[in-house]
Amino acid sequence: MDGRPDQAGARLALREEEGGRVLAALGWLDMAATARLWPEALRAGRGGGIAVLDLSGLESLDSAGAVMLLTAAPEAEPRGASEPVAAVLARMRRALAAAPAPVKPRTPFHPITAIGRATVGVLRDARSAVAFIGETAVTALRAMARPRLLRLSEVLRHLDEVGTRAFPLTLLLGFLIGVILAYQSSIPLRRFGAEVFVPNLVGISLVRELGPLLAGVVLAGRTGSAFAAELGTMTVNEEVDALRIMGVDATAMLVLPRLLAATLVMPVLALLMNLSGIAGMTLIMATLGYPSAAVESQLQQWLTLTDLMGGLFKAACFGLVIAGIGCRAGLSAGRGPRAVGDAATAAVVGGIVAIVVMDGIFAVLFFRLGI
Amino acid sequence: MAEEPVIRAEGLAVAFNGNTVFRDVTFEVRRGEIFVILGGSGCGKSTLLKALIGLVPLAAGRAFLLGEELAAARDDATRRALLRRIGVMWQSGALFGSMTLAENVELPLEEHTALPRPAREALARAKLGLVGLGDAAARLPAEISGGMAKRAGIARAMALDPPLLFLDEPGAGLDPITSAGLDRLIVDIARDTGTTFVVVTHELQSILAIGDRCIMLDKQARGMIAEGDPRRLREESTHPTVRAFFRREAA
Repeated sequence: MDGRPDQAGARLALREEEGGRVLAALGWLDMAATARLWPEALRAGRGGGIAVLDLSGLESLDSAGAVMLLTAAPEAEPRGASEPVAAVLARMRRALAAAPAPVKPRTPFHPITAIGRATVGVLRDARSAVAFIGETAVTALRAMARPRLLRLSEVLRHLDEVGTRAFPLTLLLGFLIGVILAYQSSIPLRRFGAEVFVPNLVGISLVRELGPLLAGVVLAGRTGSAFAAELGTMTVNEEVDALRIMGVDATAMLVLPRLLAATLVMPVLALLMNLSGIAGMTLIMATLGYPSAAVESQLQQWLTLTDLMGGLFKAACFGLVIAGIGCRAGLSAGRGPRAVGDAATAAVVGGIVAIVVMDGIFAVLFFRLGI
Repeated sequence: MAEEPVIRAEGLAVAFNGNTVFRDVTFEVRRGEIFVILGGSGCGKSTLLKALIGLVPLAAGRAFLLGEELAAARDDATRRALLRRIGVMWQSGALFGSMTLAENVELPLEEHTALPRPAREALARAKLGLVGLGDAAARLPAEISGGMAKRAGIARAMALDPPLLFLDEPGAGLDPITSAGLDRLIVDIARDTGTTFVVVTHELQSILAIGDRCIMLDKQARGMIAEGDPRRLREESTHPTVRAFFRREAA
C-alpha cells in the first residue's frame, strides 16, 4: 500500500441486522486512519457478537487496518470486499493465526528461590574464574618450557597499545593529581606552619599508593575494557572456537601476550604517574615559595627505595589482575553485540574493584612486614 | 502517458578510493515489479542497493526513488517522508540486539505512525506471523538462528507497508524450504499489494522463481552486462558471463 494519507475520511459504522451486528468499514483504511479509529473499533467489538464485516465501502486496506478489523471482530464474516482488500484481509488473518498473543508467564517472587539462584550463579562464576586461572597458569608454565608458544609479535603489539599509547594520559593525570594534592594538603598544613612537609605527604602518597592505584584505574578503563571488547567480539564471531578446533592454544595466543604486556607495562605507568605527580607538586611548591631544592631534599630524606619498589611491585600485580579480568570477561561473553558491551563493563568494574581490594590486602601485608 | 517508474537510475557510478566498483548503470523499475539485481560475488550488487538508498555516495549519475531524488532531498522532513516509504532488509537482518523481535518490528511503527501501543503490538505480531515467526516474537536476536534473523528483518522492513522494498540476499543461508517459502511470500505481497521489490541475490532458483526483470552486474566489466526477463536471459543471452551464470558453469 502506498501510505496514502487519511484524506478520504475512513470511518466505521456499527448497525444491527437480522443475523447480528454488522461492522462496516468505509474509505481508505490505512495506518493513519487505523491510528484514529483503533479505540472506536475495539469499543465496537467489545463483548464480541459482531457477525459480519461489511467491506463493500472499503476502497483500500493496509495491514494495520486489517489487523484492527480482525482484532475487533475476529469471528465476523467479511462481505463485499474487493479482490485486493479480501487478499490483504485473508493474508493478515493467516498471519495473526500463526502468531498467537503471547501469554506473559507469571513468575511470583520467592526470596528463597532468588537467593538460591544467586548463590548458584556466584558459585558457577567462581568455578569458572578458578578454571580460567588454572588454565592460564598451566599455559604459562608450558610457555616457559616452550617459549615458541608465546607470540612475541603479539606481546609487542600489546606493549604498544597498553603502554606507549597510554603514556600521554598517564602523564597528564599524574601531573594534575600532584597539583591537586599539593594544593589541598598545603591548606591544613599551613595552619601549623608545616607547609614544608607537603612534599613528604604527596610524595609518599603517590609513590606508595596513588601512583599504582591511579595507573591501575587508567589500565582498567582503557585496556581492560579493550581486551574484553576485542576478545568478546572474537567469541561472538566464533573465532575463539575456530582457534580451538584448529588445535591452536587460545589461551597461549590470546591471553598470555595480554597478561605479559599488562604486567610489564604497569610499573612503567605507575612510575610515570609518580614522576609527573611529583613534578606537579614541585610546581605548586614553587608558587608557595619553596624552591625545587627544598622539595628534593624533603623527598630524599623521607622517601626510600623500598617505598618505590613496593609501589611498582603492586602495580605489576594490578596489571596482571586487570588484564586477567579483561581477558576472562571477553572469553566468557555470551552471544550477540550486547554481550560485548556487558563484557567490557564487567572488565572495567571488576578490574577497579579488584585493584582496590588488592590494595587493601597489600596495605595490611606491608604494615605487618614493616615495609 | 506511461506511469512514472518507481526507481529510475541514470548512469550510476560508485568508486572507493579511486577504484571504480561500477559505472554507467542505468535502469528503471516499474510499480509492482520484482526486480532482481544479480551477479557474481564482489560485483557490487549490495553496493548498488546502498547507493540507491543513499548510504553510499554516487560518483556519478542520479537515482530517483518514487519520483524523488534522495540525494537532493531539500530538508530532513522530505528525506524522512521518503525513507518512510521504503523498507530495507539487510543481509544479516541487522536486528537491534537489546530488543525482542516484536520490539524490532514495532520500532518503525512507533517512529512513523500514531498507532496506539496495542495496535503496534498486534501489527508487529502479525508481521512476524507473516514470515513464520509468530511464536518467536518475545525472543531476542541472540536467541534465534541466522535464517530466522533474516525473516525478522523482512518483517521489520514490511512494518510500514512500504510501496518499495529492498531485500539484500534474502535467501542466502536459508534451507531450500524456507527459501522457497520466502520467495512465495515476496510474490504474494507483490501481487496483493502492488509493492515493488528490489532483490539483490545470486540464488539462481530464487531469481527464476520471483524475478519479473533483472539486471546483471559484472566485476570485470565494472557495470551492467545484461537486462531483461531472467528466464529469457537464461535461454537467449549470448554473453558468455550471463550464460555461465545461468547454466552454473565456471567462467
